[in-house]
Amino acid sequence: MEIKGLNEKNIKKISEIKNEEQWVLDFRLKSFELFNKQEMPDFGPKFDLDFNKVIYYKSQDQGMNTNWNKIDNNIKCEFQNLGVIDSEKYLDGIGVQYESEVIYHNMIEELVEKKVIFTSIEMAMKQYPDLVKKYFSKIVSSADNKLAALNGAVFSGGSFIYIPPNTTLDRPLQSYFRINSRGMGQFERTLIIVDDNSHLHYVEGCTAPTYTDSSLHAAVVEIYVGKNSSCRYSTIQNWAPNVLNLVTKRALVSENGVMEWIDGNIGSKATMKYPACILKGDNSSGTCITISVATKEQQQDSGARMIHIGKNTTSTIISKSIARLGGNATYRGKVDIKESAINSKAIVKCDSLILDKDSKSDAYPTNICRTPLSNLEHEATVSRISEDKLFYLMSRGISEEKATELIILGFIERFRQELPMEYAVELNQLLKRNL
Amino acid sequence: MLSIKKLNVVVGDKKILNDFNIDIKEGEIHAIMGPNGTGKSTLSKVILGNKNYEVVSGDIKFDGKSILGLATDEIARLGVFVSFQNPISIEGVVNSEFLKTAINARRENAIGLFEFVKELEGKAKELDYPEELIHRGVNVGASGGERKKNEVLQMELLEPKFIILDELDSGLDIDSLKKVCEGINNYLKNHPKTGVLIITHYPRILEYIKPQFVHMMVCGKIVKTGGYDLAFEIEKKGYSDTSIIDSGENNE
Repeated sequence: MEIKGLNEKNIKKISEIKNEEQWVLDFRLKSFELFNKQEMPDFGPKFDLDFNKVIYYKSQDQGMNTNWNKIDNNIKCEFQNLGVIDSEKYLDGIGVQYESEVIYHNMIEELVEKKVIFTSIEMAMKQYPDLVKKYFSKIVSSADNKLAALNGAVFSGGSFIYIPPNTTLDRPLQSYFRINSRGMGQFERTLIIVDDNSHLHYVEGCTAPTYTDSSLHAAVVEIYVGKNSSCRYSTIQNWAPNVLNLVTKRALVSENGVMEWIDGNIGSKATMKYPACILKGDNSSGTCITISVATKEQQQDSGARMIHIGKNTTSTIISKSIARLGGNATYRGKVDIKESAINSKAIVKCDSLILDKDSKSDAYPTNICRTPLSNLEHEATVSRISEDKLFYLMSRGISEEKATELIILGFIERFRQELPMEYAVELNQLLKRNL
Repeated sequence: MLSIKKLNVVVGDKKILNDFNIDIKEGEIHAIMGPNGTGKSTLSKVILGNKNYEVVSGDIKFDGKSILGLATDEIARLGVFVSFQNPISIEGVVNSEFLKTAINARRENAIGLFEFVKELEGKAKELDYPEELIHRGVNVGASGGERKKNEVLQMELLEPKFIILDELDSGLDIDSLKKVCEGINNYLKNHPKTGVLIITHYPRILEYIKPQFVHMMVCGKIVKTGGYDLAFEIEKKGYSDTSIIDSGENNE
């Protein structure tokens, strides 16, 4: 089953295949209307994108399974080779999306007993409509931006997670997204609710093989962090160099809540992604630690947004950009401390490492502090690989190439520290391949 | 071992080494003493092939072969080690990872993790080098003395054939200096063929590591060579007293 081109008929067809309730279809059509009214962002990378050439839906018609043996052998082998199946033992639960549909979902028995919900967004809409309706599109509305509206119109797949109050997960939950077809678009929509006094670590991975046609990934992620709760969302996107990765990620944080985005951008042709924390509750805090690596013909436009509303809120943005071989790794971020957010504190630290003269790394920070009772700090550095450091490492017999690699890995050490062990290893492999 | 002949080195328009000569054989300990800014520290960087310095003429031979034009890492792998005057810190590059990489650069098969950790921890303990610094970025948050200990720790792990100790005692208190010199003397006892060049402003360190040859260097050139006693003559009279140069035997 494959649906190409963007129009009302196709949107209705997607809804029909998914056998959705009327409210979901209404939401899709309303989003399509908003899509047509909005312009593409007037900032960031420029690229050609014909919305009518994108495949909006593709599935294997096999439904969602909890057993890998029930999944088409070719697809199973693909995930085996990607190491996804092996990684399951480190996790409390895993979801896997192939093209448009979530094909595999499983979590440990203990979490079922704790009444944790981890399923696809479509399943959740059917099984827990009231819970979904309460939060869905409340944090990222389709009026927010054109790509969020596009996602609203054609969304397919994505995770739904509900962590009930007073629940702590020992290990992360993970979702894995893969685009496999030429010209394919992936529009997953993830909704995560961490209810009061609860804690979640969620890990997302994504890859796609290389084709000459562009693929589009326009996801929306909404996270609700309850009172005294915490959520950490770790992701490394390693899309093929033909994927346009245009994603809206936002969290709403309640009193004493903590939201952390650990965000790595290594692949894709162009990425526009600015994970946001709306620090609404008093004493809430948000962190975004992000790295982006832009190599030949790549544009990474990433950063973070921190909106302080509650009192005594704190935010930290740490951004590390590496550009080489003509790549462009740009920081674009916003910190807005509202008048109500007294006694708040925000720190922004952007470091970029430019490896040759053809490459670029710009910073577009917007920092606003609307109350004299709060504090905002911004620190930025741009560097090349220091000759002194190279000389020191080489004076111990380490080759220039290896010394450079050590310094680059050192530059993003702050990010690597935050990753689960297996991911840090994977990141090293990815970087070695890309640098 | 190390033989430098008529070496002339410039940075921009500035001449830093001026017809510089030295010959150090296996198992010999030499010291170069000189006032600040006389090109002593430049010498160690030039030997290591630092690209900021231009060799205009002359030659540096190590074990009979010219090392001019070799990359710094190649020279290091031949067995030349410099303990730097002011070792820099490298945020993010974890010390143990750095040490392991440096060891592996000299080996065909990577060192086993257990063997490495055992050796590293044993040697760090002997030097009183704080264990937490092993797992931090190279020299990050380390005092001057700790940085010097890290240099000696690296030396012990990398087992060089030829060692240059550049202002080893700067930043070291007396107890640390003793500890560090004890480490070096032990190393020399176990590796008696090692050649050593001590570069120093003050003769204090020479009481702990005793050289057979002392050279006085002024304005990019060795102006006088003598035995161990020369160091104390220089200390008594100062570098500006030309009577040292005029008196006694001069090997140059």
